[in-house]
Amino acid sequence: MTKASFQPQDSEELLPHRIVLNVRSMPSYAYGHRSPIWWGTVAFAAAEGMGFAMAIGVYFYLVFINGNWPLSAPPPDLFWPSLFTVVLLVSAWPNARAKRDGEQENLSATRRNLVIMSLAGIVLLVIRIMEFNGLHVRWDQNAYGSAVWLLLGLHTLHLLTDLGDTVVLTVLMFTRHGHGKRFSDVGDNAFYWYFVVASWLPIYLILYWFPRWW
Amino acid sequence: MTKAITPHELDAVPEVTRLATGERGGVSGARSEADYSPDPKELRDDQVDGPELTARLAKTWGTQKGLIGALSTVDHKVIGRRYIITALFFLFLGGLSAVAMRLQLARPESSLIGPDLYNQLFTMHGTTMMFLFGVPIGEAFAVYLVPLMVGTRNIAFPRLNAFSYYVYLFGGLMIWLAFMLNIGPDVGWFAYVPLSGPEFSPGKRADIWAQMITFTEVAGISVAISVIVTVFKLRAPGMTLDRIPLFVWAELINSFVIIFAMPAVVTASALLLMDRLVGTHIFNPAEGGDALLYQHLFWFFGHPEVYIIFLPATGWVSAIVVTFARRQAFGYIALVLSLIATGFLSFGLWVHHMFTTGLPQLGASFFTASSMLIAIPNGIQIFCWIATLWDGRPVFRTPLLFVIGFFFIFVAGGLSGIMLASVPLDAQVHDTFFVVAHFHYVLIGGNVFPLIGAIYYWFPKFTGRMMNERLGKWHFGLAFIGFNVAFFPMHITGLMGMPRRVYTYLPEMGWGNLNMISTIGAAVFFGSFLLFLYNIVTSARRGPLAGPNPWNAGTLEWASASPPMPQNFDRIPIVTNREPLWAHRDSLPVAAGLSVENREQIVSTVTAGRADLRESTPEPSIWPFLSAVAITILFVGSMFTPWALVWGTPPLALALIGWFWPKAGTEDER
Repeated sequence: MTKASFQPQDSEELLPHRIVLNVRSMPSYAYGHRSPIWWGTVAFAAAEGMGFAMAIGVYFYLVFINGNWPLSAPPPDLFWPSLFTVVLLVSAWPNARAKRDGEQENLSATRRNLVIMSLAGIVLLVIRIMEFNGLHVRWDQNAYGSAVWLLLGLHTLHLLTDLGDTVVLTVLMFTRHGHGKRFSDVGDNAFYWYFVVASWLPIYLILYWFPRWW
Repeated sequence: MTKAITPHELDAVPEVTRLATGERGGVSGARSEADYSPDPKELRDDQVDGPELTARLAKTWGTQKGLIGALSTVDHKVIGRRYIITALFFLFLGGLSAVAMRLQLARPESSLIGPDLYNQLFTMHGTTMMFLFGVPIGEAFAVYLVPLMVGTRNIAFPRLNAFSYYVYLFGGLMIWLAFMLNIGPDVGWFAYVPLSGPEFSPGKRADIWAQMITFTEVAGISVAISVIVTVFKLRAPGMTLDRIPLFVWAELINSFVIIFAMPAVVTASALLLMDRLVGTHIFNPAEGGDALLYQHLFWFFGHPEVYIIFLPATGWVSAIVVTFARRQAFGYIALVLSLIATGFLSFGLWVHHMFTTGLPQLGASFFTASSMLIAIPNGIQIFCWIATLWDGRPVFRTPLLFVIGFFFIFVAGGLSGIMLASVPLDAQVHDTFFVVAHFHYVLIGGNVFPLIGAIYYWFPKFTGRMMNERLGKWHFGLAFIGFNVAFFPMHITGLMGMPRRVYTYLPEMGWGNLNMISTIGAAVFFGSFLLFLYNIVTSARRGPLAGPNPWNAGTLEWASASPPMPQNFDRIPIVTNREPLWAHRDSLPVAAGLSVENREQIVSTVTAGRADLRESTPEPSIWPFLSAVAITILFVGSMFTPWALVWGTPPLALALIGWFWPKAGTEDER
């Protein structure tokens, strides 16, 4: 095989088949890392995580260049972002429930969990609007303001995306499509929510506590 | 039916337990719909055989006729073919802009092209070659070939893949339309601030450039994710990590580099747009911003970009070398590890593009060292290929000729690269034609020559016909000579001090003769591409018919028909060897039991490649195309008003919901 002679094949025929494995009885979907969608979600989280890392890099680069920080503005208010963080962390619990009940293919519990998660997303969005009001700096005031709005805006974009996704999935589970592989989608939606939670914690510290410690 | 392994038969098929996991779909203790036995009325491929099986599968997996059908297709081969043709189209546009510049530079004080058009030309040339040709062409080949080479029927997330193609196409058309309307970007392919900022580039030119980046990066990241998941989860049973074809490894590593590098350039271009359009100050030193930050962000992407262009080419080279050397790759593990090492190291080089920006000396030394370090894995690859050829019985057909050309040109470019890694030399020749010569040796040598070889090599698979060999040899001769005549003199013009990006020069500088030689070489090089185009068009119509495996190659794409049927394979192959078709010359071991009426494919485990699920993959849909249209409206609109983000979002959200909403009557719903 290593050094076969070179003869262009003139055969038009494909090789005949020899069946050595039958996959007829294999399952038609699965959960977690056995599912391709899970890997897709991880890959998107990796790319977006890289985006967050870049934005955080921009923020600290500007801190390093300027020396004093924040630039001609008081540090942002703490109340609304802290409330946001608490609600976000608490939402991890119904999120975990959503994933677990989904894996059990328990439709009524999954519907309840998804409604809770949709409401949580809406509440968080309202708090986020209040949060923008307490920044004490506009994006076009100076580079500090630009960096703050960049980080908060980037996270809000993720919050909005996941909220939209959750609402659509919730509606879907109340229709006749709510069975089978859709339960696996519930798990992947829950996974993405963890990404939204995890990416917030460093941003919370950087935007609201770092200027007070610097 | 199943054979056990015997020591005498290394390529024998292992027992079923090593090919399949045999696990349930549901979690333990729960009753899951995943484990319901399939509908007994549904026809499966262990019940039919031969031409009937082929015809039925082709109907299930085919693309509908008509415009709506063409825009709804999710077939990776159809999308891949469009991707390849579009990228080659942009290669020709980029080439034409280069020819225009060469004509202008042929004589001193030439008045063919004025400075404003010249600025647009070099910007369009670089931007097109890097973003609209260099990155997409590697991904395009992955879209077409990776599913075939790993032995599956479609790429993972085929709708995302279709969406990415349209986004890429619209982004490319947008920037070229702008150029034709005389609002083409004129700030260089890396669009440095402050030149590209609001103060020095009023108007829309720089916005068009920055938004084009957004388009191509959305497309690029989407394809990269599809490729990664295809390689991880859709490999044929038995394709363990060490049996993955080298081309697929190269595309896999490439996709990882894309995922981690491209967010940096999106950040750079998005911040540039924000500075220009909504008055942020990230790059404005007067308000606490910093212009060099832009260069850091850009080159944190820009250097990996070079390897995003080069890594797929290593895959083409590996595939061609192995087939035409008639032996398995020498140093498979070393080749794979070199790819991975290159991927990692490519992130540690970016500052060597910024040696003249006055960075601390310690930093410069570090980046000099890492720039030299990356020569090691690249050198290992070159030596492995040479060893493979040395120990094989090389057959010098056109694809291999282009690979040989690649060795000479790429190594020459690598050597001038090592020179440029040293700070004093770099500071001397920075922004001169020496650098232009260097990166064209690296990029044309490292990407375009292997690409042409790859097109000659896979053309029979794409079209079912062979390309003309005699024209191919002429093509190679003209391309090799033309390239060197065009670009070698630029080393000297650069050392003589000729800067890049000047639209003309004075006769007293003494650069006239060398520039004339470069222009003649460029004309010959361009002529070689016209010959190539002629060869492609005539061979596609009248070339001799190719069988499934005209080169007698070993990887799985050659087990499908030429051109492949919509289903790729009538049954999913079982892999026992790195070169499956060399191991099984008489019959192909396969898995049976998949649906003939629905789009089912085997999902396998990440490392051992054991069959795990029979999952259905999405049907054709018009929504990815409509989503691409909606996102184009949003992106283009947002260059003119930030409110486009508001009114552009509902149509996009609607299109995305249409995309993800399950359709009645598909496999999922039964």
